[in-house]
Amino acid sequence: MSAAATTTLPATPAATAPERRASRAPLWLILPALLLFTGIVLVPLAMTVLLSFHDWGQYKGIEPVLVLKNWHEIATDPYYAEMFGRTLRIALITTVATALLGAPEAYILNRMSGRWRGIFLLLILGPLLISVVARTLGWALLFGGANGLANKLLMSLGLIASPLPFLFTETGVVIALVHVMMPFMVLSVWAALQRLNPQVEHAAMSLGAGPLTILRRIVLPQVMPGVLSGAIIVFSLSASAFATPAIIGGRRLKVAATLAYDEFLNTLNWPLGAAVAVLLLLGLILIVVGANALVERRYAEVSP
Amino acid sequence: MSRNGPLALAFHGLFVTFMLAPIVVVCLVAFTPEGFLSLPTNGFSLRWFRAIADYPEFVHAFWVSLGLGALSSLVAVLVAVPAALALTRYPVPGRGALQALFLSPLMIPHVVLGVAFLRFFTALGLGGTFLALLAAHIVVVFPFAFRLTLAAASGLDPALERAAISLGAGGFTLFRRVTLPLILPGVVSGWALAFIQSFDDLTMTVFLAAPGTETLPVRMFLYIQDNIDPLVTSVSACVIAITMVFLVVLDRLYGLDRVLAGKGSH
Amino acid sequence: MTTPSRSTTPLLELDRVAKAFGSHVAVEDFSLAVAPGEFISFLGPSGCGKTTTLQMIAGFLAPSRGTIRLEGRDLTQVHPSKRGLGIVFQSYALFPHMTAAENVAFGLEMQRVSRSERTERVRAALAMVGLAGYEDRHPRRMSGGQQQRVALARALVIRPSVLLLDEPLSNLDAKLREEMQIELRQIQRNLGTTTILVTHDQGEALSLSDRIVVMSKGRIEQIGTPQDTYERPASAFAAQFLGKTNDFSARIEGASPARIVAGGWSAPAPVGMRGPVTLSVRPERIGFSEEGLPGRVAARIFQGNHWLFQCETECGPAIVVRPNDGLPQPGEGEAVRLAWRPEDMSLRAGAAA
Repeated sequence: MSAAATTTLPATPAATAPERRASRAPLWLILPALLLFTGIVLVPLAMTVLLSFHDWGQYKGIEPVLVLKNWHEIATDPYYAEMFGRTLRIALITTVATALLGAPEAYILNRMSGRWRGIFLLLILGPLLISVVARTLGWALLFGGANGLANKLLMSLGLIASPLPFLFTETGVVIALVHVMMPFMVLSVWAALQRLNPQVEHAAMSLGAGPLTILRRIVLPQVMPGVLSGAIIVFSLSASAFATPAIIGGRRLKVAATLAYDEFLNTLNWPLGAAVAVLLLLGLILIVVGANALVERRYAEVSP
Repeated sequence: MSRNGPLALAFHGLFVTFMLAPIVVVCLVAFTPEGFLSLPTNGFSLRWFRAIADYPEFVHAFWVSLGLGALSSLVAVLVAVPAALALTRYPVPGRGALQALFLSPLMIPHVVLGVAFLRFFTALGLGGTFLALLAAHIVVVFPFAFRLTLAAASGLDPALERAAISLGAGGFTLFRRVTLPLILPGVVSGWALAFIQSFDDLTMTVFLAAPGTETLPVRMFLYIQDNIDPLVTSVSACVIAITMVFLVVLDRLYGLDRVLAGKGSH
Repeated sequence: MTTPSRSTTPLLELDRVAKAFGSHVAVEDFSLAVAPGEFISFLGPSGCGKTTTLQMIAGFLAPSRGTIRLEGRDLTQVHPSKRGLGIVFQSYALFPHMTAAENVAFGLEMQRVSRSERTERVRAALAMVGLAGYEDRHPRRMSGGQQQRVALARALVIRPSVLLLDEPLSNLDAKLREEMQIELRQIQRNLGTTTILVTHDQGEALSLSDRIVVMSKGRIEQIGTPQDTYERPASAFAAQFLGKTNDFSARIEGASPARIVAGGWSAPAPVGMRGPVTLSVRPERIGFSEEGLPGRVAARIFQGNHWLFQCETECGPAIVVRPNDGLPQPGEGEAVRLAWRPEDMSLRAGAAA
């Protein structure tokens, strides 16, 4: 990059000093950011990939050799298949649930009058900025075994006869994750709805379409890219979520992120933890890039 | 546009309740007068807020988080603004790749970043230091400052700067008198969002923090891992209150949906 | 020439329609009878209530007072989707996720027209607007003019009883707008579809309509044929909005025979007026001659096919437009006399503003 910028300098002697300074300017403006990211993102990531090939023993610690031991262990031990399967399952259910609840809510929000819309947008998007620990703590309080408020409420409504187990279950993790991820989905659908030409609904109406037809044939197809891009965000964040599975799922219900944490800070088997993290990263990159490409190809004519 | 029907409003009511329930419960339990987790049915009490002072780890962690948030967001803005301006003003080679690089901490799972930073800073002999935390936080909050500045800068009419240049402004004067005031809402929102992200981050920080450099979310997380009592709810209530202030400021300044979506003037 | 009083019963009737938003009155006391096949324009500046009126006819807004009747039937309680009107929106409002053909077919689908008939009518409609071969294009890959044509085809293919056009040409550039005007007029004449056009462009209204409804501040200022409204504006607003005009302060002097006097210009006065009057003459109807209102050319501007003169007279400033016919024209600063035929002016009681 720096080489490219230097070679584009004007070679003619006629070039004046300010011109030359201008063409050099972007380099000096970008250089700090570039150094920062090379030094503190690219190098550490490369070191982590390398680490995943190192050997480790209870007493010898990390040995800087290149072996496939960790990768072999992940590939063959069914414990990891189960754990990655659980991670994927939780992320998928969370994604579907946020889409099914968040998209209608964004639509309802969009039809509200200005002032209410602003208030509810703040209430629904606001939690995004509130500490995940605080939010998940709220769910832990609501779930809290048989004495949890959620169970008390459901039983007093007569919906269930005996308390449901939420804490330390996948159901509980999914409910709390849906709550944590929901603002991303609402935001994404909301943005798509803002791009919708409001006259289009009137046009469909004037051509004889009823409200359900308008929703199904006119609004939904145009909002779908927003739903899908929201789904991609929610999926990748859910699959790598840490705080919620750690607090609601407890010590037994491991997902990729909590397992990596355990390997690094409890077992101290860094190479194995690095392999889990790298696999999570690679898997997510593949899924996200693939899904993005599909969405873009499918909805080329709708997206601006 | 037509209004929502009763069914839609019922759904909306349930939805908002779902979104607010855990936050409201935390804040309510924080005011309990009892010595155990319970809703304040027998009057409100501030005893658990006073109890925070008797638990110095939380107070210390709060100061660490505050300093870390302020410093990392400041440095991120100082580095992000010139980079964003350069990328919108000049035909920089590899602009797409550079933007992707600067936004990459949004795409990379924080647990992966945490692992990578732990490995990196330990190898440098900086494991568990405030400096390592600071460097890691700068990188992680950078995209938020960068994205909003980029949006503000690309929404800027280039004719405005040309007009200022034609009137004799140049270099830093041009930046200070014309460019900066125009992109300031974006920059300030970017800074506030970056601060909040640093202040709230758990997943990445939990790998780097050591006793003494534990941030508030890390301290809260470790505390919850051991046991949940009203003390941690009152700490959470304080965190929620601080966030609310930033939230309202951001919403007034720039519009919350635009801040969070990172979309500029459109 | 079409006249307002057709023998047939009106197709669309607005009877003292009014619309208020809170305390703001957007439309007041709007009455109009539209004959079958007629092309009506609602003309006025933004905020005059023309779009609000159109929205009430379309059913997107409910009138605060008054009734709207279509073929004698009260429309007020009919849902927009059941009114059977064709609408072309200012933004075209094409469905971006559907091709041109799917857009046009949508209204027919809603009417449950059979697939084979649908295909045939869609093809014919697109051919009519000159878009044969564009069936499978998405709107995003079409030019503004093409999108406009799709919108027109989509509105017409359902054979609407009335076609409503909401500033349909305002997003096109000047040249394309002129082409579309001619085309729109031809299509409308061929199909005989009753049409209401909302526009702020007086040229558009003049060249397309059978009758123009001039609106200002929620009220009808004048209803008349284009020529009528242009030649004999009923109010100062109508005179100013439809083309440029010169307002001179004049007086009716003497009795039997009374004369109307504007400075050095005078003519026999019409019966029944006296005192100060305002005299309106279009710039192109004023000539330079030996006698008439004395003045001085303050500025002379060449505009290609004509010259524009800004003159100072004792009755106020005047604009004169002369064709560029190759004859010598007065220069700047020259003293001139302005004259016009009595039949080219219109008179209003009271002094000019």
